[in-house]
Amino acid sequence: MLRRALICLLLAAAPAAAQEAPARVVSMNLCTDQLAMLLAAPGQLVSVSKLARDPMSSAMAEEAKGYPVNHGQAEEVWLLRPDLVVVGSYTAQAAAQMLERLGTRVLRVAPAASLADVPARLRTLGEAMGRQKRAEALIAEFETRLAALRAEMDRRPSAALYYANGYTTGDQTLAGEILLAAGFHNIAGARGGGQLPLEALAMAEPEALITARPYPGASRSEEILMHPVVRQLRAARAATANTGSDWICGTPHVLGAIEDLSRFRQEIE
Amino acid sequence: MTRALAFLLPLVLALAAVSLSIGPADVSLPESLPALIFGGDGPLPMVMREIRLPRVLLALMIGGTLGLAGAAMQGYLRNPLAEPGLLGVSASAALGAVLAIQSGLSVAFALALPLSALAGAVIAVLILIMLAGPRAETLTLILAGVALSAVAGALTQLVLNLSPNPFAASEIVFWMMGSLADRSMLHVWLALPFMAVGVLLLAGVGRGLDALTLGEDAAASMGIDLGLLRLRVVLGTACVVGAGTAVAGAIGFVGLVVPHLLRGAVGGRPGPLLWVSAAGGAAMLLAADIAVRVVAPDRDLKLGVLTALVGAPFFLRLVWRSRGERA
Repeated sequence: MLRRALICLLLAAAPAAAQEAPARVVSMNLCTDQLAMLLAAPGQLVSVSKLARDPMSSAMAEEAKGYPVNHGQAEEVWLLRPDLVVVGSYTAQAAAQMLERLGTRVLRVAPAASLADVPARLRTLGEAMGRQKRAEALIAEFETRLAALRAEMDRRPSAALYYANGYTTGDQTLAGEILLAAGFHNIAGARGGGQLPLEALAMAEPEALITARPYPGASRSEEILMHPVVRQLRAARAATANTGSDWICGTPHVLGAIEDLSRFRQEIE
Repeated sequence: MTRALAFLLPLVLALAAVSLSIGPADVSLPESLPALIFGGDGPLPMVMREIRLPRVLLALMIGGTLGLAGAAMQGYLRNPLAEPGLLGVSASAALGAVLAIQSGLSVAFALALPLSALAGAVIAVLILIMLAGPRAETLTLILAGVALSAVAGALTQLVLNLSPNPFAASEIVFWMMGSLADRSMLHVWLALPFMAVGVLLLAGVGRGLDALTLGEDAAASMGIDLGLLRLRVVLGTACVVGAGTAVAGAIGFVGLVVPHLLRGAVGGRPGPLLWVSAAGGAAMLLAADIAVRVVAPDRDLKLGVLTALVGAPFFLRLVWRSRGERA
């Protein structure tokens, strides 16, 4: 009797101890979409978010066409019967909480704020998806390529990252670290994201101006990138480059952004 | 009137000078003033001429014309609660501007932006005058304004939410509250011709508004063409509000507070009040624009937030008083 109860208890505890790989994974966030697509076994990832197919935002828009998309709503995700749902730590929180109440396992992944976060996110998601080996392989490749890209600089040309609404990102952000790794000096300095007043940009006179490519459809927020001051800066000396989908998420694709930017720096030197 | 202007005009000039000297680039007035006037090398002339100057000019123009339009509307409707922002004229102009931007019309043809905002404002003023009738009953006027604001605001939000551009939705705040941040001389040139036409139209209504205080029949017997007067007020208000809103968003309450504060200085006569209100409006908006930069230098605090904080208590007081009159 006692032995039988013990066996039952052990059997019940077994799956919890060595969590088996989830067979059906749904991702609801642009950045986890890309990590999941890189990590998943064939057939394991059943849906990615709608944004994953948008070439303006997603570095893997082509790959994402091979997956059905979701729109971040609890109902549609629940109907997919996932074993694991991956969400960002800020978006779709109401949907994530509802899925948790319904008994679905939800993993929240914070957005990457540095290059060091890339291997960390790969590892976290790899473990949750039961794809540790694949994660370690990706991490090793990422670190080798990153080490090769980081060069010692004699002189770092000054650069500014300038986005819609006069927003900029400093050294303590993923985009800022991309800029540093490519050999630039960021005029915004050691800080996170925030407003860079147009006056401050004009007074700093950066050698390179890195702006975002405009989105389709007009907006007043992006108008600032055509302000006479910005145009004059471009005309006078600042070389310009664009940030793209490689810049947005902490995935191995950031290496592509660093490569492009290093090439750009060599051109203007 | 001359005494009030003798006080207000130096105040406007002083505020304009203060506004020119405020900014994130830390330069003193002796340095920045020559750069503004004579130009020179380096980034300073660009900062002064392309960033600070258009900001001051727009504050002057928009504040002045809002004060003028508020005084004209109050005079014509003979109601102290009339004001373009409160009655949905600004909101309708914003809808016109948003439609021009989102349809891509303003890229193809720069003047489409102020023209479309102007069209929105004209429609709004016509609806208001139609609904409120020649002698505007306060309640009808306010209710018409509330309805107009709600419809225009909802349509603006609909258009911005449906835009494929990810920034569009966050711009709702700008269109509802208004801001002068990061405007350029281009915006000054875009708004200036329409404002000039509007000011010319409103310039001639003073005598008519004075006569109108005696009633419509008396005014008509004094040789005032009431149809022409109405046309001038409608088009003039729409021109200045449309142009201002197209470049800076809907800034409320300036046209309410300023005529109210200055009415005593001109003996309650609506004609002279026009010019005094224009000067007062310029001063109020310059002061508000200085305040948003001093209070929160590193975030884009919207102008309309400040004007509403000052203006809404005034509005409540006016409502309170009109309640007392009826009781």
